[in-house]
Amino acid sequence: MTEHLPVLIIAVPLLAAFVLPIVRILGVIPRDIFVFSVFIAVNVMLMSLIPDICIYNKTLHYVLGAASPSTLTPEGLAFPIRIVLKIDGFSLLMAVFSAIVGLVGFLYSHKFVPEDGRKNYYVILLLLMLVGMIGLEFTNDLFNFFVFLEILSISCAALVAFRTNQKHPPYAGYKYLLVSSLATSFFLLGVGLCYAQYGSFNMDYINRMLNHSLLDRVALVFMIIPLAMKAGAVPMHMWVADTYSEAPAPVTAMLVTASQASLYGVFRLSFTLFGNSTANISINYHTLGWIIIILGVLSMFIGVTMALVQHDVKRLMAFHSVSQTGYMLLGVGVGIAVYAGHDGGAAFHQYGKLAMTGGIFHIINNSMYKGLLFLTAGVMVRRFGTANLDRMIGMAHRDVFTTIAFIVGALAIAGIPPFSGFASKLIIFESVYHFNPFLSVIAMFVSVLTLASFLKVFYGAFLGPERKDLLVDNNPLPHGMTAGMGIMCLFILIMGIAPEAVIKYLIDPAIAGLVKIL
Amino acid sequence: MTDFFLYVTVVLLVFFGLSAVLFKRNLIKIVIALNILEAGVNLFFIVLAYRPEGTAPIFTLAPELEKLRMVLPTPQALILTNIVIGFATTALMLVFAVFIYRNNGTLDIRNLKGVEDHD
Repeated sequence: MTEHLPVLIIAVPLLAAFVLPIVRILGVIPRDIFVFSVFIAVNVMLMSLIPDICIYNKTLHYVLGAASPSTLTPEGLAFPIRIVLKIDGFSLLMAVFSAIVGLVGFLYSHKFVPEDGRKNYYVILLLLMLVGMIGLEFTNDLFNFFVFLEILSISCAALVAFRTNQKHPPYAGYKYLLVSSLATSFFLLGVGLCYAQYGSFNMDYINRMLNHSLLDRVALVFMIIPLAMKAGAVPMHMWVADTYSEAPAPVTAMLVTASQASLYGVFRLSFTLFGNSTANISINYHTLGWIIIILGVLSMFIGVTMALVQHDVKRLMAFHSVSQTGYMLLGVGVGIAVYAGHDGGAAFHQYGKLAMTGGIFHIINNSMYKGLLFLTAGVMVRRFGTANLDRMIGMAHRDVFTTIAFIVGALAIAGIPPFSGFASKLIIFESVYHFNPFLSVIAMFVSVLTLASFLKVFYGAFLGPERKDLLVDNNPLPHGMTAGMGIMCLFILIMGIAPEAVIKYLIDPAIAGLVKIL
Repeated sequence: MTDFFLYVTVVLLVFFGLSAVLFKRNLIKIVIALNILEAGVNLFFIVLAYRPEGTAPIFTLAPELEKLRMVLPTPQALILTNIVIGFATTALMLVFAVFIYRNNGTLDIRNLKGVEDHD
């Protein structure tokens, strides 16, 4: 049983999604219990993998269709022919947080999405989104990666456009699907270029055989740029604001994780597929690192300046996710730039690894606090019937819990101790300073601007006199929504108070999974 | 030589598809352009797998081992998957286009520009 866990984690939600219409016949409550237990089961299965992978530093391989799931290469052949799932620290870390955000999204949707007969499709799509994210993070096969990317983007697009009777959501869904299918088509072209040379889709095999020809560099561009586009890095960020602001709040929280799954792809491909720690390589890691750093700095700065001028609370937060993506790209970009330098990894050990720690820590922090902020935005929109900040006032009188959750999220995103954003941002500032002080200064400046724009939201929507006449919905919050926000707050606090433990048991194994010269 | 022309076709299809995605203003035409782009990618994989005068990769029908020349089956199987995915994407995008037309009364992205700004 335990040896089949990797495939079960993907198969259980996938099958549950297709069984759901049958379970719905039994009634709404059995369906909710069923879906809730599926989400819990996925979380438990993922957590049960943590000791093996993160503490004993093992890498799990699962070969689909082989006589024994652990035979990597079939008898008498020198290369793997089957689809291989490979779980190392980084995949597991991303999958665990995707599953937690998935659970929170489902809890929050419990009463948030009305039971109008379409809720069924909504839940099915949520499950498929989870399948897409986890599958993408587990697979070691390029074509499979592409398929899960498509599952993810199709289910995301359908969820973004879920409120089809309104003006904006279908257009946002169309935009998202256009961007994703354009991105995935080019990604497939890149996969084809790799396949043409090496005759395999297995990432590890291609990495072993890689000869760093010109074709490889073209393939690298075809694969990294579409994934950066799907992650919402700056020159390709135009879809983020529309998509994030039109989707229902729990879906937006999951969309953040979905974008980070694409970011996972960027890092996975730069290290596991094209990474080579020997010195005689021709793909210039320094250049690749600088390209990612520049994408990151642009995202940080442009994202936050666009956010400052917004009046729509969800658009404001969406631009902040662009800006936060920049931090991750910056941290890991510095790691890539000094990886495989000609100094035998000295710079990497000195600050490159630390920068990557910060970048990857920021990924999981962001999925928590950004998700939390979008969930509180969902409460605001529910109360006032509009996302316009100018028409919101005095929410702190009515929703004390939401106010606390918002403060936690806003302080975490601005990097104020003792919340989680502080830990990761401090690591990024410190390590990037050794690489290039100027980048560090920009990052700090952006952090201040982030705090400024969240102060604006807090001052505008939460403080001020109580205005009952502006409220369109005065009912108490459903327990599901409170529980969802509570879980997020809890994780932010834990990761903020004990960052050392998180880094030691989750982030370091993740870096060990990516980097080979430890 | 045929190989060369096939690859040129791939590049042209991708190029035309991309430029139509970028320059067409009608939502339905953008979907068509995306399909052309996908056709280019699909053709790329098929060309990769094609061997001139190759047989189907079934060993019972194969000639003797010296003359064995088979078409590679894996990319064809993969492209079958991609065609299905492309079908799903196209269908979903057309559904969105229908909803956009119903709610906004237009399919032209120039007129939809105002849709992004909320009141």
